[in-house]
Amino acid sequence: MSAGMHHADGVVALSNYVFPNDLHVHWSLMIVLYPYITGIVAGAFIVSSLYHVFGVKELKPISRYSLIFALAFLCCATWPLLLHLGHPERAFNMFLTPNPTSAMAGFGYIYTAYLILLVHEILFIYRPTMVGLWQQSRGIMRGLYAFLSFYNDNLSRESLALDHKIINFLAGIGIPMACVLHGYVGFIFGGIKANPLWATPLMPVIFLLSACVSGIAGIVLTYILIKKVTGSTIDVTCIRTSLKFLWGFFILDFVFEMLEVFTHFYMSTHHWHVLENLLWGPLYTTYWTLQVKIFSVIPFILLGILCLFKFKDRIILFFAPIVSLMILMQVLLMRWNVVIGGQLMSNSTRGQVFFHPEWGGREGIIAALIVMSAPFVILFILSRIFPLWISEETPQET
Amino acid sequence: MEEIKKEIARDRRAFIKKVLGGTIAGSLLLVIPMPASSFRHIAEQIPGMRDETDVFTTRQFAFVVDITACIGCGSCCVADKAEYNVPDGNYRTWVERYIIDDHDGVYVDSPNGGLDGYTKAREGLPHPTRDTFFVPKLCNMCEKPSCTQVCPVGATYKTDDGFILVDGTRCVGCSYCIQACPYSVRFINPETRTAEKCTWCYHRVRKGLLPACVTVCPTHARKFGDLSDKNSEVWKILHEPHVVSVLKPDMGNQPALHYVGLRREVV
Repeated sequence: MSAGMHHADGVVALSNYVFPNDLHVHWSLMIVLYPYITGIVAGAFIVSSLYHVFGVKELKPISRYSLIFALAFLCCATWPLLLHLGHPERAFNMFLTPNPTSAMAGFGYIYTAYLILLVHEILFIYRPTMVGLWQQSRGIMRGLYAFLSFYNDNLSRESLALDHKIINFLAGIGIPMACVLHGYVGFIFGGIKANPLWATPLMPVIFLLSACVSGIAGIVLTYILIKKVTGSTIDVTCIRTSLKFLWGFFILDFVFEMLEVFTHFYMSTHHWHVLENLLWGPLYTTYWTLQVKIFSVIPFILLGILCLFKFKDRIILFFAPIVSLMILMQVLLMRWNVVIGGQLMSNSTRGQVFFHPEWGGREGIIAALIVMSAPFVILFILSRIFPLWISEETPQET
Repeated sequence: MEEIKKEIARDRRAFIKKVLGGTIAGSLLLVIPMPASSFRHIAEQIPGMRDETDVFTTRQFAFVVDITACIGCGSCCVADKAEYNVPDGNYRTWVERYIIDDHDGVYVDSPNGGLDGYTKAREGLPHPTRDTFFVPKLCNMCEKPSCTQVCPVGATYKTDDGFILVDGTRCVGCSYCIQACPYSVRFINPETRTAEKCTWCYHRVRKGLLPACVTVCPTHARKFGDLSDKNSEVWKILHEPHVVSVLKPDMGNQPALHYVGLRREVV
């Protein structure tokens, strides 16, 4: 038996052929983080829009926090890209001399437009708060708050009504823009016909749905953590509603992810032969074991139970962070399996390579950890300027 | 006897004079710069190319690889590496060895890109070999290239005469073109941190010379020429009855690199 298996392994090793230029994985950890971070941004914005546009009142406690959370991550969205580029000093050329047929050339514009929109959305939502803080504070902070409230302390009913109109308008165009931001990231991969794992029209859809999922999960997890650390009360109704949305988006996300693989399997074109060798080869552990079995099926069932049955607040507050963390892991693994996985099969269609990330270097694990912790540092700094929770606000707030 | 000695001494003197003269003349050749037109002494290998004055020529170039002729010596790879100083582990061109056994098993390898030549038979194959052949690979110079489509800054572009080139001074090193190329002919040069690939020796072609790999191929398996010239060998191959195909035709890239005797096993 073992001799037979040994023989089979030997034949596999003999028939494994990778094009000589395919031995190197060019898009590594940083390109895994890039769609992960932009996904969290898009998802967090959608949480805020659920309250601001779709009127889901239960999400009010996290509606502002999710915007600041999105901004903190958006500030770092370009970092992994700059770390990855061979010539980051030329990155600005994508703005100045963009190639109109390149999917990647659009990122700078979409990113900038979205950053401008998000900042304005935040400033208009926070304007009454900023005015209050402007009047209370002294020194540099006074100047900062004056600047952030557009040097306008008019809080009359008409003025606030106008603000409200602007907020609704910005949130309204913000939803399609958040979808474009992340659907587009999916298209960067989905438009590569040379890669059978990436080249599917479902790719933008899957990226978008997983973005929503990771955004909601990130908000729920950090909301509970921040509240626990600061010792303030948690709005459990808000958590329950968030979990329902999380479950809803995750159903769509997970089902589409599985349908994509199943469709390839069912059609069984020559592409499937390549994908099969990948999914049951170098990607088996990170895809089937980790992404699907552990971090998809378990949170899927847990979320279902948490949403369908009535539990005590204590139970919800115990499981919500666990489920959210698992979902965040699922999305990170999904990014890994798409980005890295797609490069582990050679264009020769006859072989695979294995990838082990390095610790050091511009694209190593340590750099990745720094990039992933930076949004939390920025979030902390932003929280010193923008009160994250409505209860902390001045009485002027309506 | 004395006379003979004198004769020898005179000859020796004359010999030393000639050696000295030759050395000085040779040294002067090193010091005096070569005139720019001196390459004209090298015979023009692509007829009429040196009369072209425009930036881009009106020609339509094609590359033909004859799989039935390649012997896997690796000379083309050596010439390419020397021409471009290609860093180890990256390949502008490479040669693959295909072995098909009598159970229809296909075994492909390309150790060091075929740079060292295939001097030893492959060992450990489970069944007797039915057929074996070599397939040289290089840039396909697609009519509809994926790499130029995805390059965010237009650093890789298509010239009017059909060459796909990379401007190393504009490339940002994002590797998107490497992901997009169905033929894996691109790589990031670790020294310049920019994308690189085979150019069909554009700098030589513009001077009327054939690509380096074509020049050194001992079996004439690599052919290069102008399709607008009906007397060219490539025109004849592509317009007369031959078994000719391109790689991955269903990708829709329409390569200008053609293969004579291409087998279905070749990807």
